[in-house]
Formats: sequence, structure tokens, C-alpha cells
Amino acid sequence: MHGWTGHILHINLTRHDYHVASLEPDLYHRFIGGKGLGGYFLRRAGNLDWNHPDMPICLFTGPLTATIAPTSGRLHLVSRSPLTGCVGDASVGGKLSTQLKRAGWDGVVITGKSPYPVGIEIREKEIRFIRCDHLRGKDTREVYRTVAPKKAGLACIGPAAENGVKFASITADNHHSAGRTGLGLSFAAKNLKYLLAEGSGKVRIKDLPGLKEAREEVIRLTAASPALMGQYGFTCLGTGAVYDLMDNRRMMPTDNFRATRFEPASKLNAAAFAAAYSPKKYGCKGCHILCKKIGTRNKPGAAMPEFETMSHFTALINSKDMDLVVEANDLCNRLGMDTISAAATLACRREITGADYTGRQVLSLLSDMAMDRGEGRNLKLGAAEYARRLGRPETAMAVKNLELPAYDPRGAYGMALAYALSTRGGCHLRAYPISHEIFRKPVATDRFSFSGKARIIKIAEDLNAVVDSLVACKFTFFAAGLEEYAKAFTAVTGIPSSAQDLLAAGERIYFNERIINHTYGYGADADDLPVRFFTEPGSGGNRISIPPLDRAAFLDTRKTYYHIRGLDTDGTPLPEKRKELGLD
Amino acid sequence: MDALIRKYEKKLIQAGLAEAEGPGRPIVGGLDYTLSWNRKGWETKELEPVFSAMAINSLVFFQPAPPYDKIIAYLAKEALTKNLPIQPEDCETRTFLHDLPVIPGFSTPDIITALKRRKCVIISDTGQNLPDAPKGPAIVAHGTVSPEQGFVVGSSVAFACFVKFFSDYLNHLQCGTAPPDMHGVYDELAPWLTGMAMPIPDLVKGPIQSEERVYEAMIQAGAKTVEYGLVDSYFGNISFCRDNILYISQTGSSLDELAGCIDPVPLDGSSSAGLTASSELTAHLETIARTGADAILHGHPRFSVILSMDCDPKKKQVCRFSTRCHTHCPKKREVLGVPIVPGEVGTGPTGLCNTLPLAFERNKDAAIVYGHGLFTLGRGDFTQAFATLLTVENRCRAHYVDCVTKLRQ
Repeated sequence: MHGWTGHILHINLTRHDYHVASLEPDLYHRFIGGKGLGGYFLRRAGNLDWNHPDMPICLFTGPLTATIAPTSGRLHLVSRSPLTGCVGDASVGGKLSTQLKRAGWDGVVITGKSPYPVGIEIREKEIRFIRCDHLRGKDTREVYRTVAPKKAGLACIGPAAENGVKFASITADNHHSAGRTGLGLSFAAKNLKYLLAEGSGKVRIKDLPGLKEAREEVIRLTAASPALMGQYGFTCLGTGAVYDLMDNRRMMPTDNFRATRFEPASKLNAAAFAAAYSPKKYGCKGCHILCKKIGTRNKPGAAMPEFETMSHFTALINSKDMDLVVEANDLCNRLGMDTISAAATLACRREITGADYTGRQVLSLLSDMAMDRGEGRNLKLGAAEYARRLGRPETAMAVKNLELPAYDPRGAYGMALAYALSTRGGCHLRAYPISHEIFRKPVATDRFSFSGKARIIKIAEDLNAVVDSLVACKFTFFAAGLEEYAKAFTAVTGIPSSAQDLLAAGERIYFNERIINHTYGYGADADDLPVRFFTEPGSGGNRISIPPLDRAAFLDTRKTYYHIRGLDTDGTPLPEKRKELGLD
Repeated sequence: MDALIRKYEKKLIQAGLAEAEGPGRPIVGGLDYTLSWNRKGWETKELEPVFSAMAINSLVFFQPAPPYDKIIAYLAKEALTKNLPIQPEDCETRTFLHDLPVIPGFSTPDIITALKRRKCVIISDTGQNLPDAPKGPAIVAHGTVSPEQGFVVGSSVAFACFVKFFSDYLNHLQCGTAPPDMHGVYDELAPWLTGMAMPIPDLVKGPIQSEERVYEAMIQAGAKTVEYGLVDSYFGNISFCRDNILYISQTGSSLDELAGCIDPVPLDGSSSAGLTASSELTAHLETIARTGADAILHGHPRFSVILSMDCDPKKKQVCRFSTRCHTHCPKKREVLGVPIVPGEVGTGPTGLCNTLPLAFERNKDAAIVYGHGLFTLGRGDFTQAFATLLTVENRCRAHYVDCVTKLRQ
């Protein structure tokens, strides 16, 4: 095979052993890699609890990983989410994916539970299980320093996961997070503290000149993208560049989504962070965009907050303290917690208690969550469970228990639909409608209309399922498209594929997740938004009105989506669609 | 969806890309829960399966109006003879479309095969397989978000083919290799090569003293640029600097629909509002800083673009950058006194932001980017920028015709 190594490493942590398996080429073609193959193995596990020893954690590279295809250095992780109970998955950058592939592995499927804390070290074909009691309780930075991976890629968890935080993250190579859905807790449930991979092999490529051509096309398109490579784009200011747009469009979630405008926003934007911290560019292996930013002043070496972290640790919790954002971001990364969920849970608490935070309180509560102390014992369960326990479930701004990111759905109706329908819960990345509703790519759509959005969301979900399976970075798709990536895929694998062929695989991969969620007991009831969005307006002004979402129009569009996706009116996968996609 | 379908039918007609009445009236389809068409015709029955075979939400089909019909028919026939797609070398095609696949006749399976790979397909002659269908070429383009995508691509195809035909013809004449039928097509196109007799429009006069007037001036100048045929609706960009804020059209905005699509970008970098601004924001900012101009207008006037790609074939043959003229042309080139610079869209290492602002330092108020378009400057308002855009294009067209006439003699 070209593109894939043909080898999947199955590790059993109960026995500390492993075996190597190969898949039929047809399965690679149908599920591609990354999210697709992860979902394939997740479904085979059946309806197990997230912490059942036989529940796998799947880490997959893709056919483009470790090639010169732009932005292909990401790894996709899949398991059942401890936070949502649904499919839980996350894409993570850094160099782990490249190293794993170079070591000769398409992916790793981990089952079982180690009797003691363990690290898995994969060096080429050699697999070692390293007892690491000494790392228990250590934060991710200390783990990185102690393991000292050098050229290797390293994913590890911090104390948050070990103390049962439902939104615990996995940190890769010190600065990158598999943040959402609590997969860090999945690691902890298996007593897995870290996974290291190092390899020196090369991926077999069928048509190198063709791949170079595709690469050139993608690079040219990204250079033409103001959002990516412009002087105010991600390459210069990081994803924080979005902050001003959300303010300008009156869709910045404020006061736990009770408002959509945060008055001090213009003083807390990416330009302000750049002035205060002089960040330098940093990025994933094989990426030319380099959207990650590392501070060189005030807090040298600290990763600068991503847009969602900036927004939620300011507007959502009503804080004007820029330094607090950097501190909170750094603390969450070290403790191993998703910043979106952590901030959203604090925002929920603030609404319930009615009391504002000081900076010290915020940091203290974050530590309490991670260390399972005091109020942290409830907060570590995430906003939905926290609010339920306090008898105020309506204050949890979450879908399927996953706290919403920093785009208010009343300001972009495609986003409203995307949040509600996402298989992993309140997530902006499944359909990423911000691309056309805000960034005007491939063309602009009316953000205050549901018209046509059902099919747009469905196609975008399929597209992003492909992106997470190849594996590539979604940001690139603000500029390039599957047309260019299909060319890269064809050049790497030698399998002639068009953009539409890949989209067909994307539909299969996404529908497979709907089937898995159905098996877990999720249907139309879960495909919904918090009531607030249908009853309360956002903060209009500047000739922009932000009314509540029209419930009837939302439900009508959701119904259309179900029809297009091949689901019945309860959101249940239809047998004929399963058959059509070969998912019986 | 119905509103969008009607809107882009109208825009295809307004842009002169398709006929308003009769069998040449464009077809636009949109699919959400159900499939809607702007009109029913023999084509809709044939095109419906495209929606079943592909994950798309819209489709645009049109038989190009004159002069595009003859141009595209010629290039499509040539491409089929060579068994290759049409490969224009203008900036839009190189960046966004890559190449233009061609199929001989109206065949639904062939359309699907081509559209699975590319954003559009050209049908060489719709009457070939369907004797009752109107003769001539057609363009089919799809979208996954909006019918606007099909309109944009259709418009790009027409522009790219126009530029390619006249570039190729000039090159053939210079090399003495023009095929006989190409002369014939050129002669048929002659009526479209006469000068524009349109006067310079009465635009908002400077000094522009309020933000509202800035928006008004930009919206008006943008619309006139489209109306005068100096840019296809979707292309081009425009900016005006006032009180240390650069007001600039948003990326992917139509110059004739700028209301609500202008970003104010503070020059001190205190806001990232320019995130959705035109890809050429950096070039605009740098040009304003270097020249002191207030207004920048960027169109894609066809003959300015065509002449920017004109290079002595003998010199080109021995030039080591001959396959990378658009990024690496080493010569200091001009056409009719207007500098020509290489540069790609955006801010990459070979981006036009590195070359265009320097071109204006030669004390010029106009500069052409190779294979891309013309940028002009104004002070106080858009009057001079517009006048320069129009004048340069008229002179380029006349110069082109002169060159061809001399070479044919």
C-alpha cells in the first residue's frame, strides 16, 4: 500500500501486551484513517461504558500524515466520551502523529486497564510499557520534562484526568491539546499516563510530482486567504484574531450567553495580547500556517490562548483581566483540562451564585476542579452535571453535555444547527459554518437565515469528517478545498479519487457516528439547544439585531437535516441508509 | 433558496454572460429539502441526476452569450483535439480553478464525472448529443453552499477564456503559427473590440468628510466599475483611507454589492477587523503608506490583463523563468507606460503585496499585476482612480488591436 503503513497496533494494558493487525485495503478506502478508522473500531466495541476496560481509545494518523501534504501532521483520537456519553473525539497537533506514522503505524487501539500508572513508548517497532508511579499527580509540563521526548512525540495527561475531571484533556508535545470531550479521563481510566512515539521511516508515496503539485496549489490558496495568511490572520495573530470579529458581529457569548456583546472587548483583542506578550509563531509538524503563538515577554514560553479561551475567560465570565486569561490558559494546560469546558462551567457557576470572580478565585477554582477539592468536586463534572446538581439545569450552556464554544448561535443560524446536530455535542468544528457565515468562504451565506442550511451543514459535516480522517487541519479549508486534497490523496495513495469520492467516504464516517450514538441511546431529544437561545435576545446594536432563534424554524430545519442525512424523525439512522453506505 | 436562485440568474444576465430570454436563458437549481429551478427546460431533466450523484446544493448551467460563445467554442474544440482541458494562465484560473475540463456534448454522466473533480465543466456543443438542443457551448458549475459559487465560477470561466483566446492569438501571430480558423474567430469578435465611448461617471467628490460618505463613495465607485465592464462583479477590490482607518471591501465581495461588505481597518493595527478584508489588504496598506494616495481601485479589465502577459516569444524561449512569469519575471516591464509586476494573490513570499507597492514608487498612479488586473490610485476621492482605470483599459484595447493589425499585415 501507498500512504498507509498497513499496520495497526493493538495494545492491551491489562496484560501489557500487544499485537499487530492489518485491515483489508477496502476498509482503508472506506474509512480513510484518523476519525474514520477510529470510529470503525469504536463501533466494533459496542455499547460499553466509557470506562469499561474493553472500551478502546483509538489514536489514528491518516494517509497524508508524514508526507509533504500541507497541515497533515495531526492525530485523531476517538473513544466514548466520559463527559457526553456520546462519540468522543478530538484532533491534536504537534509532532506525535508524524512520529507514530514514521514508526510504521497507522494507528494504535488501546484497551484494558493497567494495574499501575504506565507509559507506552513506541520506538519504531519496539513497544515498551514503562511503569511510572513517579509521574502520578505530575502536571503535563513536568511529565514532558521528566520523560524528555526530544525528537519523539509525546501525549500525556495531568492531575485533572487522574482526579476525575470529566473534561480532562490530553496534552501533546507540551503546547497542543486534545481538549474536548474529556479523553484525558479515558487515558486515566486505563492508568495510562503518557504515550510516546518515535520513528524514522518514510511513507511510501505513489506519485511524488503529483503530490508536489497538489501541495503548491494548497499553499497558493492559503496565501490568498486573509483569514489564514493575511497580516491580521491566524499566521500573525493566532486564532485570537477572531475575537474582534465576534465583537463586531455582536455574537460574542457574554455573561454565560445572557448577552452577546462584551463592552471592553476592543481592549482585550489579539492585538492587545500581541502588544503585551510579543508572541512568536509556532505550529504543528508540516504546517506552514503556524497559528500557535508562544509568548516571549511577560510570561515567556507560555502558549498564548486560542480564541475560544480568550473569549470565555473574558466575556463569558465577565473578566477584563488579560493576564488572567494567560494564567488560566497555562494552568488548564498544565493540569490537563479543556479551557472551553472549564470556563463555561465557571460561567454557569457565576450565573447561579450571582457573584463575580476575582482573578485569584478563578485560578483557585480551576485548581480545585483538577485536584478534586471543595467546590471543585462538583465543578469537575462539567456545566451540565454541575447545574443539575444545583437544581438550575437551565444555566448549563451545553449540547449533549458538551459546553458551547465562543460563537453565540443567535448570531449565526448555521452554527445553531451545527451545535445541535454535532455527534460529539456543542461543537463548532463538526460543520464549521463560521467559514461561510463569517469568513465568507467559499462564499458568504446569510447568517441570520436557516434557508438552505440543513444541506449545507450535512455536506460540511461530511467534508470535515474527511479532513479529520486524512488527517489535515480544518483551518486550511478556509482557503483550499477537497478538490486540492483529493489530488494529494490520489498522489499519495495511488487511488484515483475526486473530491466527491472523498465526500462519500465522509458521509459514511459521519453516519457511522450517528449509528454509534443511537446505540448509546441518543436521538432527537439530544439534538437540541439550551432553551435560552429560543427565548432571550442577544445584544443588538450597531445596526445589527440579535433576536432569539425561531424555535419553529429551527425544528423545521432540523427535520430537513434528518431527511437529508438519512435519519427518521427521531434522529434514528434509517436501515436503507445504513445499507447504502455499507454500514449494516 | 428560491431567492438566491433568482438572484444569480439575474446576475448572469446582467453580467452579459447569458441571454435574458429564449433558450439561452440560464438555468439555476438549488437543493435543500426539495430541488427548485429558476425555470424548467430540457436541461433540467438532464441535470437533475447531477444532484443525486454529488453532494452539492446548487448548480448553474448557461450557454454563454456573445462574445463568449465563439471564444469558448473555439477553445473547447481545440482542447478536445488535444485531449486536454483548457489551461488558461491568468491569475484567477491558476489560483482557484486550476484548469477547465471540456466534454464534447451534453452527457449527464460526463458532466458528473467532470464536476466530481473540478468546480465546472465546459460542454463543447450541447447540440452534439441532443439534436433538438440549441447548438453551441455551455458552462456547468456547482456549489455546496450557495448558487453564488456557480455564478462566480461561470464568470471566472468566461473571463479566463476571453483572456486566453486573445493572449494565444497575439502569441500565435508573433510566432507565425496562428491557425486559419483562429483568424476567422478573431474577425467575428471584431465588433467587441471597439472602444468604450462611455464618459467618466460623476462620482462622489472629495474631500470626503464622514464615514458615511466613505461608504457611499466606495459603493458607488464599485458599482460603476462593474457597470463599465472594468471588472466582473465578483472580482476586484477597493479601498479608501480616512482618519487613519483604511476602509476596504471584504474578501469575496462583489464590487456591485458592497453595502455591508466594507471592513474598517485601523492603520495602527489595534484591531483585527481586517480578518475578513480583501486578500489584497496588505498591498493596499503598503501602497497607501508609500504613495500618500487615499483611494485604490482594483479591476480586472481584460486587455490590460492580456497585454500584461504579452512577452516577446523569442526572449521568453530563452528565459529561465518562462514557466513562472507570474511570480518570477525578472524584467522591469511596462505597457503604454504602466508598470507590470509579477505577484500572486495575497501575502505569500511571491505575493503581489511584495511587488505592487514598489511599482507605484516609480511615480505612477497605475500598475498592472501580471495576468491578474489593474490597480489605480486616487487622491481625495475615486474620480482619478476610475478615470485611470478606464483610460488604461481603452488604450490597452486599442494597442492590442493595432498590434494584431500590424502582425496580420
